[in-house]
Amino acid sequence: MTLLSVSDLHVGFGRDPEKSEVVHGVSFDLAAGETLALVGESGSGKSVTALSVNRLIDFGGGRVTRGTILLERQDGSQLDLVGAPEAELSRIRGAEIGMIFQEPMSSLNPVKTVGAQIGEAFRLHHGLSGRAVTSAAREALERVRIPDPVRRLGQFPHEMSGGMLQRVMIASVLACNPRLLIADEPTTALDVTIQAQIMALLAELRDETGMGMIFITHDIGLVAGIADKVMVMRDGRSVEQGALGAVLDDPQHPYTKHLLHSVPHFAHGKAVRCDGPGADGSERPAPALKVDDLTVRFNIKRTLFRPSQGNIHAVERVSFDLLPGETLGIVGESGSGKSTTARAILGLAPSSGRISATGQGLRPVQMVFQNPYASLNPRLAVEDLLAEPVLAAGHRFDADARERMHMLLDRVDLPADSLTRYPHEFSGGQRQRICIARALMLNPSVVVLDEAVSALDVSVQARVLDLLVDLQREFQLAYLFISHDMAVVERIAHRVAVVCRGEIVEMGPSAAVLSDPRHSYTRRLIAAVPNIARRRVHFDLDTSQVPSILHPAGWEPPEVRWLEVGPGHLAREEVA
Amino acid sequence: MNTLIRRLAAFPLVLLGVSSLVFVAIRLVPGDAITAMLGTQAGLLTPAQKAALAAYFGLDRPWIAQYWHWLRALLHGDLGISVTYGKPVLEVILQRFPLTLELALLSMAIALVIGVPAGVYAATHAERRSDLVLRIGAMIGQSTPSFVFGLVIIYVLSAGFGVLPAMGTFTPLLKDPLANLGQLILPALTLGAAFAAAVTRIARSAMLDVLSEDYVRTARSRGVPARGVIWRHALPNALIPVVTVSGIEFGYLLGGAVIVEQLFALPGLGRMVLDAILQRDYALVQGTVLFIAFNFMVVNLLVDLTYVWLDPRIRARG
Repeated sequence: MTLLSVSDLHVGFGRDPEKSEVVHGVSFDLAAGETLALVGESGSGKSVTALSVNRLIDFGGGRVTRGTILLERQDGSQLDLVGAPEAELSRIRGAEIGMIFQEPMSSLNPVKTVGAQIGEAFRLHHGLSGRAVTSAAREALERVRIPDPVRRLGQFPHEMSGGMLQRVMIASVLACNPRLLIADEPTTALDVTIQAQIMALLAELRDETGMGMIFITHDIGLVAGIADKVMVMRDGRSVEQGALGAVLDDPQHPYTKHLLHSVPHFAHGKAVRCDGPGADGSERPAPALKVDDLTVRFNIKRTLFRPSQGNIHAVERVSFDLLPGETLGIVGESGSGKSTTARAILGLAPSSGRISATGQGLRPVQMVFQNPYASLNPRLAVEDLLAEPVLAAGHRFDADARERMHMLLDRVDLPADSLTRYPHEFSGGQRQRICIARALMLNPSVVVLDEAVSALDVSVQARVLDLLVDLQREFQLAYLFISHDMAVVERIAHRVAVVCRGEIVEMGPSAAVLSDPRHSYTRRLIAAVPNIARRRVHFDLDTSQVPSILHPAGWEPPEVRWLEVGPGHLAREEVA
Repeated sequence: MNTLIRRLAAFPLVLLGVSSLVFVAIRLVPGDAITAMLGTQAGLLTPAQKAALAAYFGLDRPWIAQYWHWLRALLHGDLGISVTYGKPVLEVILQRFPLTLELALLSMAIALVIGVPAGVYAATHAERRSDLVLRIGAMIGQSTPSFVFGLVIIYVLSAGFGVLPAMGTFTPLLKDPLANLGQLILPALTLGAAFAAAVTRIARSAMLDVLSEDYVRTARSRGVPARGVIWRHALPNALIPVVTVSGIEFGYLLGGAVIVEQLFALPGLGRMVLDAILQRDYALVQGTVLFIAFNFMVVNLLVDLTYVWLDPRIRARG
């Protein structure tokens, strides 16, 4: 029984949609109870295809120029959504086609309560009102296993975490038991453990309701856990589609192969680097960076009528060494203190503890940030951007500096004519290369890379990682590589430190930590990482809350005992 | 709550700053109060008589002493005596204020009733002909001086309909609401036109921003019809800049609208303060400026409270 049948779909934008076409003839079928994964990188047309199905694309300036989208209605009739009038479409949206979006934080109206937004679907499509809406909304929240639903109904989106909000989104969408659910990168903005929860929830609800699902993602690893069928998209075309097993195990198109093989996938410590300092039996050099008992606490200020609420313990007694030519990966979920650690090392956050960096450079520690679009001043040409660190250090931008600039530009594979161009003329990957070159201008010994490849598409990500490895070997750089992405960390880090709630819970050689995690948090983190090898795994829903890192003034964390579980592999002792 | 008290605590400080500024500023204007008060007759006075008059009004003492004296009286609720009216300053101000307040409120009501729907309409029809017409209209409304509007309105009414706006003595609202409204509606329209234009422009751009937000798309995906998307989901989010602009404009109007008051012969604060400056009526100028500054702060506070009411995120931070 075909629920949705899309054939020869063409979508364009702007005044002349036929000319500026971005989806060029996509076709697929979806049966009830079935999940189709749309996989592709940014600009592949996967979201545009999905938004065309419920015709939301009309509101984003797009238009379906050719093709048919046949939806089987509740009453068994078929309707071509391409020609359907807007009034009909708004009756279908929400009631028969539900949609979940990528950013739960921005996808809910900030000035309306969660209850009002969930209730809206019941008002619109079931004609409920008053108390009936509230109780229906409460049931919807219970269905997505949100604890304490009555209190949640009266809350506003900003009072909830991203994971909770995504559950709220799911609750509001499932309110009307849609026959088709479109999930557009629903977990991309979430931490891996939360991602696993949301995936589990979606799979469970799909099985329960028998709805069809279109699951859009850039992460082919995520597909294995949920999809029955896969369609790989590139440049507005479907390059390959088929059953899950066929596509993942026997890919035909080179692009699918590329996505499956040349892009980092998590391999449980089997894909780690083995070129670290001292790996060849030579003597280990002196550390380039030594961090001892680094602690960052933010005081929640007292106000006229409220005494101080204590301190946020953002980073608590973090200690590590970093050798020249070595990468230490710092992994953890959002709010774990990864970025604060980086900022403290650069002196950008108030901290206590000892940080000593050695190196011949003027400023031995440099940093590359996550967002290459926001971390380059749009008014400066590349030449000025690269001159900036030199000038900021109080030096003249002389012939030597100029020579280094040309050398670095060449080393990061940017064309020589880049110097007079501005950041907006470059792609995300190229911009990140500019940021890397800028960080190397002062010949640092340590580079802090804070989620430096996280904003990039997977294949660009792989190339930037290769570049980083090359530069590390050439300049004997020490990297502090901060990331939430286990697969990326596995590829680049010699050693890994796992942080949770501001503290390191486990640290050691990547191979050891990733293949044989000892701390319960590391285990949970690793278990949640999606993997192409794991088909249709079942996750148990966990509704426990993370304890707060806000402690009363004067509070000191208890003494920590470390267990040496392997050579150089330390894990915190856990009190049961 | 906390914010409210902190804001109220700042009031005296701001007023002190404003008062000292105006105190000095008005005394830097050449000419003296006695001459201004008595006009040509001042020439008939002997220097001794002038000095006596100055001593009577306390104008012979150093500025600092005058200021201190004035400040101490102020603390006892005494703004001094207006030399031109021969009455307590506060009484003179309060006599004029109802008209100014009413005019400001009426103008704002007109501006919001016209501006918000016009802005929303322009935003939802962005880049179409109706949007262009509204934008040009708003541009004209904002760039035309108010006396031009006022003159056009008066001309059209008198030449076209033979009606003249009721001028002369002002009828308070409570005495005869209809006559009062008849007197104020035209000046309110005059002031409201430019105000409405400002509101239209800001409402349009705020709505355009909000309409491209993710949560608007979410609402559409839920099947909310266009009307509900615009008025229930988008507009409440677009109101904050509208409130900001309206608050500022309203605050200015509370200081009186000199030109429009003059044009329609209305005894408002604007004309009074202008006369007071020309007459070197120090006490009245100081008192009025203080009063206007106080009003401005109250309006600002109301604007901030409106934000809190509109946006729960601000509530959390408060």
